This record gives sequence, C-alpha cells and structure tokens, in this order.
Amino acid sequence: MSVLATLALDIGWGSTLAIKTILVLAIIPFGALVLGYTFLLKMMSHMQSRLGPMDPGGFHGWFQLVGDGLKFMQKEDIMPAEADRRVFAMAPAVIVMSTFLIFLVIPAGPRTVVEDLDVGVFYALAVSSLSVIGVLMAGWASSNKFALLGALRAAGQLIAYELPLLLAVVGVVIQAGTMSLQGIVTAQQDGSIFGITAIGNPFIFTQFIGFALFLVAAQAELTQPPFDMPVAESELISGYMVEYSGFRFLFFFIGEFGTAFAFAALAATLFLGGWAIPGVHGATAELLGPFVLFVKLMAVAFLMFWVRFTYPRLREDQLQSLAWKVLIPIGLINIVATGILKVAVG
Amino acid sequence: MIAQNVVFWILAVAMVLAAIGVVRSNNLVHAALYLVVVLAGSAAQFILLAAEFVAWVQVLIYIGAVIILFLFGIMLTRAPMREDLALDNDQRLAAAVVSLFLLGVLSTLLIQAFGDSKIDITGPQGSELVNNGRAGTLAESIFSTYVLPFELVSILLLASLIGAVVLARRD
Repeated sequence: MSVLATLALDIGWGSTLAIKTILVLAIIPFGALVLGYTFLLKMMSHMQSRLGPMDPGGFHGWFQLVGDGLKFMQKEDIMPAEADRRVFAMAPAVIVMSTFLIFLVIPAGPRTVVEDLDVGVFYALAVSSLSVIGVLMAGWASSNKFALLGALRAAGQLIAYELPLLLAVVGVVIQAGTMSLQGIVTAQQDGSIFGITAIGNPFIFTQFIGFALFLVAAQAELTQPPFDMPVAESELISGYMVEYSGFRFLFFFIGEFGTAFAFAALAATLFLGGWAIPGVHGATAELLGPFVLFVKLMAVAFLMFWVRFTYPRLREDQLQSLAWKVLIPIGLINIVATGILKVAVG
Repeated sequence: MIAQNVVFWILAVAMVLAAIGVVRSNNLVHAALYLVVVLAGSAAQFILLAAEFVAWVQVLIYIGAVIILFLFGIMLTRAPMREDLALDNDQRLAAAVVSLFLLGVLSTLLIQAFGDSKIDITGPQGSELVNNGRAGTLAESIFSTYVLPFELVSILLLASLIGAVVLARRD
C-alpha cells in the first residue's frame, strides 16, 4: 500500500497495517459476490435456461443474491447432536482464512500490493493448500458418513491436483527468473516477442501448456464440475457440507467463490500480465492497474465457469488417473522444455 | 529486538501448549489438529529468523501434505468420533525421563554453541541474514556447495518411494 506514499499521505505502520487488513478482509466477500452474481446466477441462467434466478426484483433478477443472503442469515444454526462442536464450528473459518491469505501477495498495480514477498507464487500455493484441513475437519466433525466420504474424496483430489498446479507455475517462474508476483508481472510487461514490444510478453504464448494445466488443476482444487466428486449431490448429497446450514454454509459459499476469484487473479497475473499494460508506467499504471487486473481475471473466471456449467462429472478413478498419468507427466515435460529453451535462447 | 522477543514468546507458549495437547488428547483427530498449531508456530519462528522460504516450505510440506496424510489415514481407517481411553498407557514416567533428557541435551548444545552470539538485525548482519533467507541464495548454495547431500537425499526419497510401491503391490 505504498501507493499512499505517492499520494503524499504520511501514515504510521499501525494505520498501514489496519488499512491492509481491512482491504484484504473486504476483497473476499467482494470477489465472491461479483463471481457469484455474474457467473453463478446470470451466466448459468442463460446457459442452462434457468428461470428462477432471473426473476426476483424485476430487471434480470438483480435481487436474487440479496434474497439468498437474507435467507441464509435468518436460518437456524443447526449442529448435529453427535458433532464435535469446536471442530465443526472452526472448519468454515479455516477454509475462508486460507483464501484470505492468498490475496496478500496478488499485486494490483506497481505499488498496490499488500506484501510483495520474494517467494510470492510459492506462498500463494502453500496457503491455498491449507483449505484441505478445513474440508477434512468439516467432514469428520459432522459425524455423518456422507460428509466423511466427501471429505476423503476432497483430500485425495486436492493432494493429487496440487502437484500439476505447482508444476504449471514452475515454467512461468523459470521464464521470469523470479517467484515474486510483482517480478513476474514486470517480466511480462517489459518483455518482447521476437523483438516486438507492443504487447509485451504475456506468458500465455510461451507457457500455454502451463496455462491449460493451471486452469484444469485450479478447477479441481476448487472442486467445481467436472471435478466436483467431493460434493457430488447425486451420490453424497453435498459431501462435507451436508450438515452445514445457514450462516456456516454461507461461509463455505463465500470460501468457494472467494477462492475462485483468487485463482482467477493468480492465473491472470502469471499468464496474462496481471495489472500491467505494456508501455504504461508510473501513476497511470497505478490508477489503471486494479481495473486491468479485474478485466483479465474476469476473462479467466469466465472460462472456468463456462466449463463448470457445461461439463458432466468425472468418475473418481478417472479423476485420479487424469492427475497422475496425464497432467503431472505433461507438467514435468513442460518444465524440462522450458529449462532447455531458457538456457538455449537466453 | 523487543518486538521479536515478544512475538517469540507468544509463539513459544502457544507451541508448547499445543504440543501438550498433542500428547494429552485422547482423540487422534484432535491430536493431529493440535500438531497443525505446533507446525504453524514453527513456520512462524522461521519467519522470525528471516528464513522466509523455509517457513513456507514448512507450511506447504508439513501442514499442507504431511498432516493431511495423517488425517486422511486416520479417517480412512477408523475415523474415531469419541475419545479412545486405550490411547493412554503407563509409560508416563519413562516418557518424562526421555523428554527431560532431550531437553537437557538440546538446550546445553544450543547454549554452548550460540549462547553469547547476538544478531544486530538493523545493521549489515541483518541484511545478510535476510539475503540468506531468500530462495535464490538458498538455491545457489544447495545446487553448488551442497549438491552432493542434496542428491543423496533425493536418492533416499526415491528408494522409499520404490519401497512403498513394492509393499503396496499385490503380486
């Protein structure tokens, strides 16, 4: 937030910390609302001809999300009699916290970033893996066999797809020569393709395999269709979330869409150049940055939700063999090829 | 150094309490969840020592993978919801002796080795420390000075991987 320094505001680190915390806390509900509204309610309604979400409030059903929120808030807070009360209550918070932590490193401008860590991407993927603990806690503490099965499926799936996710990112890291997300953005902004600098060098051109891997693995990490076996409503009711209702369920909902927002932002930063427009620097970039990033991440999110609404569910064994036998080998080959080209071409 | 000391003691107390929780708990899942707190605390201690990369490796590998495999294994086999009193046994005295002995050895070793050394975190020593914690510096030393131990560790891991496959095969 040293953008405040450019605006000639002199504030202490305590206030800076408070502003950073409030910003990060605000961004998840915001992201979840934007994605939930645009894609879950409107795009899905159009794609699947659903009339319900298009009705409330008149114009395009704009009131639907408010209505959903109000409904969740007034529902009774139910906890199963046999549940492990403390773990049951903590689980949704663990999931949402792991999403909050990802946003700390995503830059939205030359200086608009909470903390530009030296190990940015690595940090983001490390904290995103914490959500599995929340899922396992929720499934076990519900004391329900469907919830437990869902949690086990989720854990197996998230462990398997974390590897392709990491491997997909390694190619970008090799090419940019840094793990800092800010460094990766600048490498794309100031890069050139065969000497042409007009569009910089977005890594989607050189790392298109990595981009595809990242999107597939992110889809699985989000447990979205076609990888939604952990919550498969026709087999497991709704998996680890089955005993949750009302406000606690809303937490899972916010966590799911907040994480989708975070992964879309990560993909936009790693492969599409993030906040940067080639040739635009300084204060202009600072002002435009958040909007540019938002447009790019919405484009990525559109792709992710398009797949979500159009493909049927995979089978559990197909899911595992896709990760271990297809995605991971491709990811490894991509890393080797990127390494060789990096040394050969420079 | 006052702020660092305060944070260190908060983390240390939390870690000790959680560690007591791990051994005292009669519920395997609770014990594993307490272990998450201990490991997160040690990751935070690494950050306090300016070893940022090691800290996030700790989070990714230990919390993000090892604990999840623990929980996965426990839930796949028994998934105990209630307390299992059979987890308690009468080895308390022996355990206390062993842990006191370990505490004595480790603290003597650390005090003998680093008892008087102080790091001036604001001076050149501090920036050297921060630089040493960076992923780039770590990678350079792993792949040049310590390349042999690194490769040995990879072979060890490969051997255990093959061992696991051999054990798991049915034929």
